[in-house]
Amino acid sequence: MEKLTIEQTVVTSKQKIGNTTLKEPWLIRLILTTISLLFLLIFLVLPLVTIFITAFKKGLDVYIASITEPDALSAIKLTLLVAVIAVPINTLFGIAAAWAITKFNFRGKNLLTTLIDLPFAVSPVIAGLVFILLFGAEGLFGDLLSNYNVQIIFSLPGIILASLFVTVPFVARELIPLMQTQGTQEEEASISLGAGALTTFLKVTLPNIKWGLLYGVILCNARVMGEFGAVSVVSGHIRGLTNTMPLHIEVLYNEYQFSAAFAVASLMSLLALFTIIIKNIIEWRTKQ
Amino acid sequence: MTTTFFHKKRLTVLPGFKLSIGFTLLYLSILILLPLSMLFWNTMQLSWHDFIKIISDSRVVASYKLTFGTSFLAAIINVFFGTIIAWVLVRYDFVGKKLMDGLVDLPFALPTAVAGIALTALYAPNGWIGNLFPFKIAFTPIGIIIALTFIGLPFVVRTVQPVLQNFSTESEEASASLGANRWKTFIKVIFPELIPAILTGFTLAFSRALGEYGSVVFIAGNMPMKTEITPLLIMTKLEQYDYPGATAIAIVLLISSFMILLIMNIIQWLANRKYSV
Repeated sequence: MEKLTIEQTVVTSKQKIGNTTLKEPWLIRLILTTISLLFLLIFLVLPLVTIFITAFKKGLDVYIASITEPDALSAIKLTLLVAVIAVPINTLFGIAAAWAITKFNFRGKNLLTTLIDLPFAVSPVIAGLVFILLFGAEGLFGDLLSNYNVQIIFSLPGIILASLFVTVPFVARELIPLMQTQGTQEEEASISLGAGALTTFLKVTLPNIKWGLLYGVILCNARVMGEFGAVSVVSGHIRGLTNTMPLHIEVLYNEYQFSAAFAVASLMSLLALFTIIIKNIIEWRTKQ
Repeated sequence: MTTTFFHKKRLTVLPGFKLSIGFTLLYLSILILLPLSMLFWNTMQLSWHDFIKIISDSRVVASYKLTFGTSFLAAIINVFFGTIIAWVLVRYDFVGKKLMDGLVDLPFALPTAVAGIALTALYAPNGWIGNLFPFKIAFTPIGIIIALTFIGLPFVVRTVQPVLQNFSTESEEASASLGANRWKTFIKVIFPELIPAILTGFTLAFSRALGEYGSVVFIAGNMPMKTEITPLLIMTKLEQYDYPGATAIAIVLLISSFMILLIMNIIQWLANRKYSV
């Protein structure tokens, strides 16, 4: 009896409240929406518009010339080369780390997760500096490397190492929460039925994590291609040789070649927009 | 029955533990731990006197103050506007909402150098926004705060947004049916639930801002004592081949970042205890 009356009271009071008291007055809603839109417009839309307008300010010819001159082309090539090497390595690492952390129980798991996230708390400049301390001329392995005529700093291996350092967490961070919610039952069933380890991974695990994996890979790629601070420290800024696209933009900008700087910047902005679009497609896919 | 670190506790039929944990640990040791330990190793080569002398130099101290001050203010701005944006994106409907929601990730995806030159062009004295103001924005600490706000925005929005999305309206209904007005419901019922997410967002934005380099160097003006951030000072020392100097300053910055993460985790833990019923 008593329970029923409580429920009745709740129902009637809910009807009384309706929707009006659960929403803010329309004026408040208008103000909050306007504040948000203005903030996003000023901080996100305007910078993006500025990039494209400045890039095309001197016309299409200058734009095309800026992105096809030899130094720009070699910067684009180097950036793609670094991404082609660094992204698969950190993807492989992300899968291995997520597999160990989510499919098994062991002590020190939290420590390991913290360790994977560590690069997020390290300034990109420091990420570059530590490799100079290791492999630079005065570094720990400096003499050894010069004896064998191997160059890491101010050349491609250094750029790759710095890029790997800053993007270590990207794939692992996407996969760990995803694989945690999926548990181990499906894989255990597959193994019990006699499937091999590789088959189980490819046929059972991979289909379950493919969208999360793709998202992690795309974020990792965007950061590798766009990394500035860490790469700036180890690259040595040799034009046409060790300048990636972001470093090339800096050089052009400091030489007051604004149109050319923004032309290359517009290419990188397209990459960013592409990354965001893929992210939204993946989110839409996983909701389905 | 003692289990050592990184040893499997329970038997499972799944394969690949030794391979995956072995690769993970080896990779992290070579790529993260060994390089970072160089920072401590090289600092230990310095005498205590020299170390203190480097890190307490007036130009270095000015850079700490600037870096911490601007990072803190930018994170506060992001907490305020980021929470409003998350609220509006979850609770209201308007034209272009999907587009705005997607754009919030732009600072994650846009290379920092690109963000840096775009913001500088906008806020320079002759830029679209810069020429609206009677005082200088770019090449002053205000410009640094703007760049750091740009970089930190998604951290707050993307941590608060999912909490609001999963928030059950039942407690709001209960609060309203008990006679609380909307503002009281927000302050007493909704806001306490958001505090952990807001703190996490603040911490992420703050610690990212402390180390940020690419988006800031273009807009900052980089005047020693005035607009020179700590990461840039490390870079300057490196370019002068002053490795001990760069290393000593770097270790102070690194330890500060770790301390902030630690302190915020403790606050988070206390807040969780206080508000969990």
